[in-house]
Amino acid sequence: MIPADLSTALPEIVLALFAMAALMVGVFGSKDKMAEPILYATAALMVLLGLYVGSRGLGGVTAFNGMYIADPFAHFSKMIILFSAAVVMVMGQGYMAARGLLKFEYPILIALSVVGMMLMVSSGDLITLYMGLELQSLALYVVATMNRDSERSTEAGLKYFILGALASGLLLYGASLTYGYAGTTLFAGIISTISEDGMSVGLLMGLAFMLAGLAFKVSAVPFHMWTPDVYEGAPTPVTAFFATAPKVAAMALIARLVHEAFGVVPGDWTQIIAFLAVASMFLGAIAAIGQRDIKRLMAYSSITHMGFALVGLAAGTAQGVQAMLVYMAIYVTMNIGVFAFILTMSRDGRAVAEIDSLRQYSKVEPTRALALLVLMFSLAGVPPLVGFFGKFYVLWAAVEAGMAWLAVAGVVASVIGAFYYLRIVYYMYFGDEVEPLDRVRAPVEATLLIVAAAVMVLGVINLFGIEGLAALAADALVN
Amino acid sequence: MLNLLSIITFTPAIAAAILAIFLRGEDKAAQDNAKWVALVATLATFAASLILLIGFDPQDTGFQFVEEHDWIMGFTYKMGVDGISILFVLLTTALMPITIGACWNVTHRVKDYMIAFLILETLMIGVFTALDLVLFYLFFEAGLIPMFLIIGIWGGKDRIYAAFKFFLYTFLGSVLMLVAMIAMYVDAGTTDIPTLLQHQFSTETISLAGWQIIGGMQSLLFLAFFASFAVKMPMWPVHTWLPDAHVQAPTAGSVILAAVLLKMGGYGFLRFSLPMFPVASDIFAPLVLWLSAIAIVYTSLVALMQDDMKKLIAYSSVAHMGFVTMGIFAANQQGLDGAIFQMISHGFISGALFLAVGVIYDRMHTREIVAYGGLINRMPVYAAIFLLFTMANVGLPGTSGFVGEFLTFLGVYQVNTWVAFFAATGVILSAGYALWLFRRVVMGELIKESLKSIKDMDRREKTLMAPLIVMTLLLGVYPSLVTDIIGPSVAALVDGHDVALQAHEAASQMAQN
Repeated sequence: MIPADLSTALPEIVLALFAMAALMVGVFGSKDKMAEPILYATAALMVLLGLYVGSRGLGGVTAFNGMYIADPFAHFSKMIILFSAAVVMVMGQGYMAARGLLKFEYPILIALSVVGMMLMVSSGDLITLYMGLELQSLALYVVATMNRDSERSTEAGLKYFILGALASGLLLYGASLTYGYAGTTLFAGIISTISEDGMSVGLLMGLAFMLAGLAFKVSAVPFHMWTPDVYEGAPTPVTAFFATAPKVAAMALIARLVHEAFGVVPGDWTQIIAFLAVASMFLGAIAAIGQRDIKRLMAYSSITHMGFALVGLAAGTAQGVQAMLVYMAIYVTMNIGVFAFILTMSRDGRAVAEIDSLRQYSKVEPTRALALLVLMFSLAGVPPLVGFFGKFYVLWAAVEAGMAWLAVAGVVASVIGAFYYLRIVYYMYFGDEVEPLDRVRAPVEATLLIVAAAVMVLGVINLFGIEGLAALAADALVN
Repeated sequence: MLNLLSIITFTPAIAAAILAIFLRGEDKAAQDNAKWVALVATLATFAASLILLIGFDPQDTGFQFVEEHDWIMGFTYKMGVDGISILFVLLTTALMPITIGACWNVTHRVKDYMIAFLILETLMIGVFTALDLVLFYLFFEAGLIPMFLIIGIWGGKDRIYAAFKFFLYTFLGSVLMLVAMIAMYVDAGTTDIPTLLQHQFSTETISLAGWQIIGGMQSLLFLAFFASFAVKMPMWPVHTWLPDAHVQAPTAGSVILAAVLLKMGGYGFLRFSLPMFPVASDIFAPLVLWLSAIAIVYTSLVALMQDDMKKLIAYSSVAHMGFVTMGIFAANQQGLDGAIFQMISHGFISGALFLAVGVIYDRMHTREIVAYGGLINRMPVYAAIFLLFTMANVGLPGTSGFVGEFLTFLGVYQVNTWVAFFAATGVILSAGYALWLFRRVVMGELIKESLKSIKDMDRREKTLMAPLIVMTLLLGVYPSLVTDIIGPSVAALVDGHDVALQAHEAASQMAQN
């Protein structure tokens, strides 16, 4: 029994062991000189694990008495998490090294948080869920304060920690209520209790508290307050990481929880999620208008995007889950591109994040400006760019589920949101001349930026087949 | 030539890609190369679209030159033209070389400018050829991106405000249409336009938040599409983005905006609103007719009081688009024929008028009417051409402007005499503002010092005007060129519309008995 379980959870185990080994190497080796090799090794391992996970069959397997689930849904989410984490780490290496922030703990902490995320998307039990979530969060709290000498960075980390702890508390409270009323922590057990005895008030409270805790992790309104400050304060590569993999993991976890544990009573949670979705879309869109800092802007942008992804979940159908997964994959790609660009923003060798420093950037670096333009229109959801298809998917799922009002709210929010993406285009192309940004030689970042933009354009042909994979993943979760 | 439509649609985009990838530098030679590549590409596209016209069979009311390939999410990449859309394709391809010619003197970011126009052409043709809802939406919306950049980068002083207003206004209109499209897809199970044209959307009264909605789903869908097309047209009272966009856009941008982009709204009404939601169209027809009448009278009055030439012509465009919506929602053969004719003719006339403004703007760098006067003394050729298009704009018999207006009046008179009456007063007003403009700019003594050395049109400008003059006169004296092509398809549309209405009436009487 145990060997079979271990082989099912092999990717997590390998990555965790690797992280510990790397820690030994770092401590007993030559400290931060090892940082770069460790970082590349971690990234390479993540890509390998991603490929391995992707090659696993279509059948769903459980391990450790149902506490760990390895099904196509988990595999799909893990692939996004692993690939994006690897890319973001490599992308930020130059930035961290140039500023003396590249400590050997950085890749190790990222690796550990990725283990946590993988556990989250594979969890079949409230305990696994909580352990995965905490492992992910604790590592991230530390990473946020990577720049120890910066007040901003430490403030960001502390804020993230305190609010995160509060959210964990809420989640734990919800989990304990659920356990109390269902008598089990297994998702499969909870759902059978509900289908036999119906949904009790205690379970409803438990569900609501757990969703609140998880909403914090995806920075859905009204649990979004930490996002702008943490995005702004943390070193940019770390912000890029926050914006991508953890969001996917938390979103997948919400899908897993509501469908596997509460799938028989969709009416009870679709309302909550629909509220979170509408609030996030509008607050993110409106609050971003006044931002002057591109990292804060991206924070609000990600709040809006999480709102859209939640629209998919609010549909409560397999199609909705598929839409959410497609949306997250597209969202991650766009964010990697944009953050690759933000990493290159500097003037006189110092990193800048003010949006108006982008004035007439199209004259300094025409190709990069064009790539960023494509990404901005894609984020705004203007066809024919891939970002539009992400939106189309979730709106379609909502209308199909009879929630046309949610779709209408979504499109109105997307128009409001279009304004601030356009503003970046405006600065780059129409703005007045100011002292331009430096021409930075940043091959990795530039390549990623251009590749992300190219994906946004070429994806119109067939979305690189991600649609079919997401459909398989969704069918595995919702049946 | 099985994929002729794809070739026509994507030739400009390929040329744009070639420019983007291979052309380097910003010197004179590179700029000339960019312009020539763009000109050759648009001329080639026009030549290809002539093949389309030759091969087109007007008697066949179905879609021709159809291409179909599978695409994502069960959508199809499906293209085709019928009698309603083919002339819009030709209008676009014919006007693009002229547009490119109109920006021959631009020196600021020429390569980017050409790329933007070429991509815009692909997207505009795509709108008229797409036979899949989502594909249509893709082209329809994507056109906003190049136009936003054209206004924002190469526009006038307040270009930023105009560009944002243009983008957000039209974007808001279209996203509601997107939700309606999704609802249609959910209801009919397909996004294929020919199939949807046969699909009956429910007309059963539904109640929404305490409101009884007559015409049910059709009404809601109609209103969502209406939001998009009315903004695009633009109809009163959602026309306010147009004068701003026109005034700030560069000459070539104004030409393409007035000549082609506005027609997308009218085309949308013809392709979607009328045939797909016949009952709702019938319910809302009086509203649309009155809005059109108000638009014609009100914007003509506003045009009278403008002191910026481009703004005046922009308001006159809104008034002329009022005739189009009036003709469409008269929903009979004459009205629809007239609406399409009016759109084609307005494409040539308004394009020529904006070019004419561009001619003197290039020389004097102002569009204020008071800055001019007495141009006839130094620019006789210009005066003659400007007079011709002023008259065409007024609707003088013998020019294409007359045919369109006359047919729409004929159509709407059978449906609503009062609307026809009010709209007719607008015709008088249009003569007023157009002739007054002509008088103030061209006639009189040349007293302004700055105008004493102004030069008449050069060869390039005359060449650009020539085809427009020919088309305006040709269509004016021989309108069958257009009506023979559109006639059968329009007849089929009207028949389908009437049949659907009768069926609906019969059904509701059955329900009452």
